[in-house]
Amino acid sequence: MRFTINGQAVEASVDLRTSLLDLLRDHLHLYGTKKGCNQGACGACTVLVDGNRINSCLALAVQYQDRAVTTVEGLAGEHGLHPLQQAFIEHDGFQCGYCTPGQLCSAIGMAAEAERGVPSAVTADLSAGPVVLDHDELRERMSGNLCRCGAYNGIVEAITQTLVTGAAE
Amino acid sequence: MRAFSYARAEDASAAVRLAGASARARYLGGGTNLVDLMRETVEQPDALVDVTALPAAIEARSDGSILIGAGASNTAVAADLAVRTRFPALARAILAGASGQIRNMATVGGNILQRTRCTYFYDDASRCNKRAPGAGCDAIDGFNRIHAILGASPACVATHPSDMCVALAALDATVHLQGHGGSRTMRLVDLHRLPGGRPHVETELQRDELITAVELPALPFAAGSTYRKVRDRASYAFALVSVAAALDVGPDGTVRDVRLALGGVAHKPWRASIAEAALRGRPATADSFRDAADAELADAAGLRHNAFKIDLARRTVAATLEGLAGGDRT
Repeated sequence: MRFTINGQAVEASVDLRTSLLDLLRDHLHLYGTKKGCNQGACGACTVLVDGNRINSCLALAVQYQDRAVTTVEGLAGEHGLHPLQQAFIEHDGFQCGYCTPGQLCSAIGMAAEAERGVPSAVTADLSAGPVVLDHDELRERMSGNLCRCGAYNGIVEAITQTLVTGAAE
Repeated sequence: MRAFSYARAEDASAAVRLAGASARARYLGGGTNLVDLMRETVEQPDALVDVTALPAAIEARSDGSILIGAGASNTAVAADLAVRTRFPALARAILAGASGQIRNMATVGGNILQRTRCTYFYDDASRCNKRAPGAGCDAIDGFNRIHAILGASPACVATHPSDMCVALAALDATVHLQGHGGSRTMRLVDLHRLPGGRPHVETELQRDELITAVELPALPFAAGSTYRKVRDRASYAFALVSVAAALDVGPDGTVRDVRLALGGVAHKPWRASIAEAALRGRPATADSFRDAADAELADAAGLRHNAFKIDLARRTVAATLEGLAGGDRT
């Protein structure tokens, strides 16, 4: 099977039963993406596919050939950490760090969804208009990522500072 | 997980043909439910037919109806402006379900055919008539807080977990199907079955029949429709009780028309036809809404841990309708 992971074309010979998560970790040795519940409940395995966040544990790798997969290893640029990664450090957005790769990828996908006007369960007016990522919106949209250390306040602060338009200053 | 073959279908005809070549084929959409069930060996298909290449377009027609390709992601449907303005109950139901990640993966067809989250169904150390017909049911005398209060049987008390389907049931949605014998349409409310003595037969679909699209007929007053979900945590949890509702109140204050369906209460999305009939022509007041909810729940039966749902369903129906009527509490 042929994949594109963090901009790199890779080939892997894997069993059809292999999840995208196991492909990344066990076959491509990209250990950043974490296996928490392995049943779509915790979000630790979140990666981006063509910019959209998904749970890689529920994804069969065979379905993701020739798609652009981005993992936490692909977030940092030539000049260092992604701004969201830096903000997680500054705002104590983690303790043990196990959920962090999923939180980072999820937040980036979440911000892109809001940018293109995807509503959420707490959006009052569905009829139109841009989404304002206030505290309630942000927490609702990140509810698929659990943090057993309870670093949620830091996570919300880091995302707000980095990804919410107009909140950086 | 048992071994399987895999093929990607380029169109619906090819999908049906591919599925027909195997004894136990399953159509694969986003995989969010099927892959999990295969890992638990509850599902053991010998072939997966990937149908994610099938049409995913959302066609808002000039007559007010909308046709949604079965391959559309849950996110795409909830984000579609025509869906949000013509049928907000559908957008709200989808947004009330799962997480952002899962909504990006899950398809409309897969959402309709997802299976119960009864824990005894998932646990192969338990007895389950759905998983192993004739084995018995450990939920009936077990921990059954999330189980059915309407239409259950001595063989099965599981609920259908979908939020989306509750809105589709209320909005008179039609499902487009393609199978070995050709194509046909079916009302969404007729697609899922009550458990009876055969809870392992969950739908009226024929073997290898594929959902190709969902159609929402025009319903002008659905522009004010909504979806209300009650659950154990504020986000990312299945419904204890949910209500999809649309209400049309005339200038004289009487109910001209109403659409109502319940989730979390039965083996299928529960269209509340009794309550609808009780409401038409009645004043749109809190008393009427309570009476209608009582009538719908008259035959409800609680188990050891879920009897609270009967009152919860009554109150959620009444509160949702009061909200649509403009908060009239007289």
